[in-house]
Order: sequence, then structure tokens, then C-alpha cells
Amino acid sequence: MSERVLVAMSGGVDSSVAAALLLEAGCDVVGVTLKLWGGESDSGCCSVADVDDARQVARRLGIEHHVFNFGDDFDRHVVDPYVQAHAAGRTPNPCIECNRHVKFDRLLRRADALGFTALATGHHARVAERPDGTRRVARGADAAKDQSYVLHMLDQAQLARVRFPVGQRAKAEVRSFAAELGLVTAAKLDSQDVCFITATGGRRRFLGDRMTTTPGTVRDVSGEVLGEVPAVELVTIGQRHGLGLAGGGVPRYALAIDVPGATVTVGRKTDLLTNGVRLDDLTWAAGPVAGPLLAQTSAHGRPLPCRVEGDEVVFDEPQRRVAPGQSVVLYDGDEVAGAGIAAATATA
Amino acid sequence: MGATGPTEVWHYLDHAASTPMRPEAVEVLAEVAARVWGNPSGAHALARLARDELDAARDRLAAVAGCRPGELVVTSGGTEADNLAVRGVLAARRGRAVCSAIEHHAVLHAVEAAGGTTARVDERGVIDLEHLAAMLDADVTLVSVGLVNNEVGVVQPLDAVREVVRARAPEAVLHADAAQALPWLDLRQHAAAADLVTLASHKCGGPRGVGALVVRDGTPLVAQQVGGGQERDRRSGTPDVAGVAAFAVAAERADVARSALVARAEAWRDQLLDGITAAVPGAVASAAPHADRSHLVAGIANVCLPGVDSEALLFLLEHDHRVLASAASSCASGAQEPSHVLAALGHDRGLAGGSLRLSLGWSSTEADVAAAAAGVPEVVARLQAQARDGAPA
Repeated sequence: MSERVLVAMSGGVDSSVAAALLLEAGCDVVGVTLKLWGGESDSGCCSVADVDDARQVARRLGIEHHVFNFGDDFDRHVVDPYVQAHAAGRTPNPCIECNRHVKFDRLLRRADALGFTALATGHHARVAERPDGTRRVARGADAAKDQSYVLHMLDQAQLARVRFPVGQRAKAEVRSFAAELGLVTAAKLDSQDVCFITATGGRRRFLGDRMTTTPGTVRDVSGEVLGEVPAVELVTIGQRHGLGLAGGGVPRYALAIDVPGATVTVGRKTDLLTNGVRLDDLTWAAGPVAGPLLAQTSAHGRPLPCRVEGDEVVFDEPQRRVAPGQSVVLYDGDEVAGAGIAAATATA
Repeated sequence: MGATGPTEVWHYLDHAASTPMRPEAVEVLAEVAARVWGNPSGAHALARLARDELDAARDRLAAVAGCRPGELVVTSGGTEADNLAVRGVLAARRGRAVCSAIEHHAVLHAVEAAGGTTARVDERGVIDLEHLAAMLDADVTLVSVGLVNNEVGVVQPLDAVREVVRARAPEAVLHADAAQALPWLDLRQHAAAADLVTLASHKCGGPRGVGALVVRDGTPLVAQQVGGGQERDRRSGTPDVAGVAAFAVAAERADVARSALVARAEAWRDQLLDGITAAVPGAVASAAPHADRSHLVAGIANVCLPGVDSEALLFLLEHDHRVLASAASSCASGAQEPSHVLAALGHDRGLAGGSLRLSLGWSSTEADVAAAAAGVPEVVARLQAQARDGAPA
């Protein structure tokens, strides 16, 4: 019997092609678009334009299309924690929380309940099968588009049921395949940044409407006041611009953010360097890996050679400090071996 | 089987969303469209033919609606009629608008956009007349109360509403959205108290895209769509003559068939409500907390089912039981939205998240009802087994 697959179609080119590839492979395919954010977005209220694009692709492919409203889950697990993390001076990654709680939890459970054997998305990532029978998330074939970082949390049960049909393909290939099929999404721009924050409104206004911000002072490591910022919560470690500092001289970077103390500490680029980072909630895909690994500390960050000692990631070479709240994903070659959240205090 | 699609046979229990066209209406639609294509506003023979056809249809519709032909303004549907009513009155008489909290969005959004307010309903969905009275004063120029609610089927006591309006806001116009009412209630009697009455063709077996607003003589109203001044300057635009003719024949059929349909549907609705609430622990009839259902139309059975989500429920009913139904209203994206009607009746968001509206119509059959009565408990049990810590899948 052919596999019955629910495809999450965002209205973008990748998930459009994911659906097409599954059909080509003989699967029984149903498309679904999630309504996640009820407020303003760059594609109109409730992202209606994106839903229309997904529906049009589904019609072209001859598959059934549905819309599921997971707005409550999205608010609870993605938007509210995003605001709370900023209020605490941490740097969250909402795409990761959406994947963890919405796409690969609620939607996967929904797919199970509706009798689907698998859930597919348009992520550029792969599922690697290990000789011991376990699975790991692995980097997509197109290194520049790889999204394994935001999928690192998938466990064995989830990995057994998810499909990433475009993960084996280069983005250019995905686009040309979409064009060949005459899909309206073939030339659609890649989505950028956080989906619930508009390009015009920006992060500052979004957060400003939802939390109280703390005006603070900018000091150097000796404590001398160098400037002021309107909201210490919105400063990210490593940030150079927008710190209210006079131009000229040695560039200075945010080294630490102290929300209760209303202080941002800045220093030179070399002051940002650290030998490692302690992780909260370190989890392994299939058991700890003792040998050399690569740590990736942001969605498109460079993989950094490291080892893991206890809950500590020790870099082979000093690296820029990791903002607390960021996910640190540990790769064994191209495969995700584990991950954790950068803790508030970096190691010296 | 209630209705057939292109290749599949369905048990259609979503007549409140749109009911299939009656064969007589399909026939008239095609016949008039082919024969009468002149512009009814014109002067020549074919234009006059179109005008005659339109006026004949208007006469027949007016007879069913309980108004004079000149009081019936043809629109593109119920939504346009609601908008014309709310905006048209407020444009003619500056003042405040008040509607019930469970109005269709076509009324609710128009009232809210004008800065209006809503009056409470009780747990059965019946308007709270004391609260309405408290909201009214001489500044209120429009009161809008739906005759039959589209989600739960509650019938509002328009005569009593009229009394309250007369006492508290004597200058106010009373509008009744009766889009859902025609198959179930005689409008000559039930809508008589309203100055403005919204009708919708596709809820009674006519084509989609046609509706009407009854504007009783002397009611202040300013056109909201301007142009050629058609419909006695109350709604510009060339009317869809074939559509109106088909609407008229459907309305007449619905009028004649009403008492038999009500008797049939009432038994089926009770079978659905009783069967589902008995088979599913914790299930409630959304607008009938007590045994009495005399405040509901015969054709709508709305239930709230614990531990399930409407979207999943509807998907499985469709795929595994061929039963087509709906929950609350859908938004522009097609997603199910939390129901403002169920919230106004006092249902918490969790239970309302598992709401289901089964609605009946002229083509409903015993088999449709049996399929839903058997399918709903089966699907609910399956979905409840997939819930995690009470959170539905």
C-alpha cells in the first residue's frame, strides 16, 4: 500500500515541490497549510496570500488541500515565549520553538489522528539512517539552504515519521522543478526572518507593544558609562551598532546584557572571545558522542570544531561569545548528534 | 444520499452554509439566462422583456417575504444586504448602532466598524431583552437582531425586540438578518416586526450570488453602492435577472414545502442531538442546555464535543464517513476560527473548539442523518483516544 503523507505547505516553493516529489514517488498526498499567526504579516492578515498560493499549487498537483488553525498553539508556544525570552535578555529562536511545539508535535499528532503514516515539510534537511538502526537529522544537500539547525530537536519517534523530500536537492533544482510543473510558487522569494514580525514594523515595535522595555546605560568593562540604549532587552550579544556610542575609535561590541541592572557591557572584538559555552537542556539524538564535533550557534552560523565535556561545549579555538538563549547544535560530520541552549553565563 | 458531487456521493449536512439548488430553480436559471439577456434598465423590447421578468420575480419574492414588491431591493447576497442595512441606515440617520452578540459577521463587523455595541444573549442564545433595553437610548438609530442564527439556529423574538426598541429608541430602525430563516419560518409573520429584512437565495435552494433587502416604506436608507440608480436608487448595478427569477421560484418552493420539511427535520435534529449527546460523554447541545428546544429552528443541530478539535473531526467525518458538515465560521484563509457565537452563549474556548454544526435542508435524507448519527460518536471516540493530557490532536 502506498504511503499516506500529510504535507505541510507554507505557500513557498520548497513545500510545493515537496508535495510534487511525494506524488511522483507514488504517495497518497494531502496538503495542509497552517494558520499560525492572526496578526499582521508581510503576506497580509492571517497570511491569506500564502494560503492561496498553497491552495493553487495543490489544485495544480491535483491533491486535496486543508487549512488547520493552530493559532492558539503558536501564541502559547512560540510568540509568548519569544517575548518572554527577550524580556529576560535572552535571544530566542522562534522557528525552533515552532518546529518543536507546532509542526512536529501538534501537527504530527494531528497527522497521526487523521490516519497519515508520515508528515512531510519543505525543509532543506535529510534524515540519516545509522547502521545501528537509529536516525539523525542531517544537513540538506544545498549547504547554503540547510535547515537542519532548526530541526535538531526531532527525536527517534518523530524522525521515523517525518519526510523532507527536497533535502536531497539544491535550491536551484527545486525552483526549476517547480517551474517545469508550472507551480505559481516557482519564483517566489524565500521567506526571511521571523514570520510574525513585519518588515515595516520590525522587531522593536513588535516587542515594544508586548513588553515593558528598560532604558539602560552602556558601560565598558571597567564600568565607565559610554552611552545609553532605550531598551537593554533588545540588545544581542555581539551587537555592534545601535548602542548609542560615539563613532570613531576601536569598534565596540555588546559583551553582556544585564536586564535587572539595566546595563549593557561593551568591549573590543577580542573581549567577545570565549573558549566555550555551557548548555542547558543538553540532549543527544541517540546517545552522547565523545569525539570531536562541530558546534553551530545560529541558523546560518559557521560550524565550530569542539568537544563536549559534561554540559560544556569546549571550542578548539576561542570563538565569539554565544548569546544566552541561542540553540547550540552539535554536528557529527553532517549529522545532528545533539543540542542544547546556551546558558546565561559563558565560560571564561 | 443527500447530494452528489462530480464523482463522489456525500452525506451533506451543511445546508446552513449553502443548500443545493432546487431542480426547478436550476431550470429557471438556465431558461431565463438563455431567453432574457437584455439590460432591464434599457428602453427597447428586449430590455422591457428583462424588466418584466425581473418585476415578475420581484412580485413573487415579495409575496413570500411579506412585503410590497417596491420594498424589495435585490442585492448580490445576504452579506451585501446586511451591509446595506447597517451602513445605509447610519448614513441616513447619524447615531449609534446596536446588534446582538451573535450576529453574522456581515452585521457584526459593519456594526463594529461604525463604533456600535452588542447586546448579550442567554445560554440558549436568546437575546437578553433587559440588557438590550439598557443599551438603547434616543441616540441609537439602528438595532440589528438576526431572526435565525446561522451557527446554532436560535430564533429571536422579534416582536418583543420591537417593543423594547419602540420604548427605548423610538427613532431606531430595526433590521433582521433572515438569511437562514426562509426554509424554516414564515417571514410574513416572523419578520413582520422588522423595518429591514435580509434574504439570501442560496439558503433556500436558489443560486449563490443573489439576495435581497426588504426596505419597508418610510425606512431611512442611503444607497451604499452608487451608479445607475437601479432598485429605486437604493442599490446601483445591473440586476441578475435569471438569478432573481431562480431565487423567486426557490423561495416559493421553500414556502410551500415548509411545514413538511420542518416536521421531518425536527425529528432528525432531535435524533442527532439526542443520539450524539447520549453516545459521547460530556457532549452538549450548544444552544439547548435544557430539554426544551422550542427556541431553535428545526434544521440546525450544533453540539460541543469534549477532547476533540473541530478541524480533525470534520476531516475524519468527510474521509471516513462521507459526512460533510462544518464548525464555526471560517476566516478568509479557510481556517476554522473560534466561534464568537459559542463564546457569547458561555461555552469556554476549549469545549467550543470541538463544536460541530450539522444542518439539514430540503434534500436531506434519512440516510444522511443516520450516517452523521453513527459517524460522529465513532470519530469522536477515535480522536479522544489521540488526545494528550486533555489537549486534542
